[in-house]
Amino acid sequence: MSEISIETRGLNLFYGDFQALIGIDLQIPARKVTALIGPSGCGKSTLLRVFNRMNDLIDGVRVSGQVIIGGQDIFAPGADLLGLREKVGMVFQRPNPFPLSVYENIVFGLAVHRLARRQEYGDIVEQALRSVLLWDDLKDRLHHSALKLSLEQQQRLCIARVLPLKPQILLMDEPCSALDPIATLHIEELMQKLKKEYTIVIVTHNMQQAARASDRTGFLYLGKLIEINETVNIFTKPAQAMTENYISGRFG
Amino acid sequence: MNPRLAQKIAFAVLLLATLLVVLPVLVILLIIVGKGASAISWDFLFSMPRDGMTAGGIFPAILGTLYLVIGAIIFAVPLGVLAAVYLVEYSSDNWLSRLVKLSIVNLAGVPSVVYGLFGLGIFVTFFGFGASILSGSLTLGIMILPVIITSSREALESVPRHFRTVSLSLGASRWQTIRHSVLPHALPGILTGMILGLGRAAGETAPILFTVAAFYLPRLPQSVFDQTMALPYHLYVISTQVPGIAENVRYGTALVLLSLVLLLNLAAILIRSRFRRKKKW
Repeated sequence: MSEISIETRGLNLFYGDFQALIGIDLQIPARKVTALIGPSGCGKSTLLRVFNRMNDLIDGVRVSGQVIIGGQDIFAPGADLLGLREKVGMVFQRPNPFPLSVYENIVFGLAVHRLARRQEYGDIVEQALRSVLLWDDLKDRLHHSALKLSLEQQQRLCIARVLPLKPQILLMDEPCSALDPIATLHIEELMQKLKKEYTIVIVTHNMQQAARASDRTGFLYLGKLIEINETVNIFTKPAQAMTENYISGRFG
Repeated sequence: MNPRLAQKIAFAVLLLATLLVVLPVLVILLIIVGKGASAISWDFLFSMPRDGMTAGGIFPAILGTLYLVIGAIIFAVPLGVLAAVYLVEYSSDNWLSRLVKLSIVNLAGVPSVVYGLFGLGIFVTFFGFGASILSGSLTLGIMILPVIITSSREALESVPRHFRTVSLSLGASRWQTIRHSVLPHALPGILTGMILGLGRAAGETAPILFTVAAFYLPRLPQSVFDQTMALPYHLYVISTQVPGIAENVRYGTALVLLSLVLLLNLAAILIRSRFRRKKKW
């Protein structure tokens, strides 16, 4: 495999007494789309939220094992949490722009991390919107409320919002589940474009989406990573019987 | 009973109950305006009282009440909002936050005259501020703290959770998240609490009785350590303690107090609606 972007070694995660992730070992290659699939409650979203430590917000979460991003264990004592989240951007299930203007949504991260001077904001906003193919639609509406946009535009904007931080990794948590099929295809096309620059990890409960949009697919079941491989292999000749049962719709 | 008839009766009862709420407000307004309007003049509003309050104006009382309200707000709003931020954003369910919440509930239930005695004991005597604007403002401030904290908490809690999640996921610190993604959106609700507190602080008599209010002081306060006249106490005095005050002066004073509270509220409501227009979700 080529360059590794995320690597986990013996990763366990507990919510109180409940173990949500069990001994996960995986490697996620850079500048590829990796999909995580599995039935509800299998731990795929939890695993995704390990990579930017969003699980820290939940009381009673404990993690053991190692997660290496950018050569460093992100759970090591003294690890730079805010820096990690700068490097690892996240797009959520529901489009959730701030109730601010399009422009203010995109510069939010810049202002927080003091990454650029105000004079540079205009260029950065244009670049971010161009990356998600929104610039032509929105260049005259930069100062209008982001909530007036269509859901698809809002979700693109949410992707654009993380780009000014120059992340290496984009985490997407069922990013299309609130969108219609056409918008879903558009976002998938966008992922193909973005993967030239970013490592993308997507959680989806839509197997067709995993098959269409990802290069590699991991199948999780009851907190265990059952199998991870090239997407073609997972969907045509899975190594595990359980994977085959799931993708052929026998359970899940 | 015929369901259509029952429906009509229910409707009539509900309407009646609603009208009954409006009625006292209207009657109070009518009586006060009717009996007091004739007293209102430039002289009444902006001159000193003379001849043992039987003549002249009520300017020191108006100004005194304004000072006290502003003082109470300056003290209570920052303290209350910060406490609310701690309770909503930082505290987990531990003994400290439970103690604070319990105290707020109790503070809200304390009768206002007890605040007056408390202010006398703590600010006037113990800290040695004397009967002064400072003592009065602090006493009123403590009285309105529960209103400010409770409405600020509700405002903060009504900010959607994902504002915080998104902000944190972009690498903002907890404080940056509160400062940029939570507080601005809670501001209208916080201002509502301020409006409620403001009205209470302007109208209460008991808390200022021992801590600041002067019976008859026909000059303006020079510093926060001076006593001052205040509208509610002045109204009480001229209605019950001093014989021979014309009726329209008494009602005129009440009208001024009412208008002052409405005016202050109006200002706060205007500010709030400006913020509301900017922040919507």
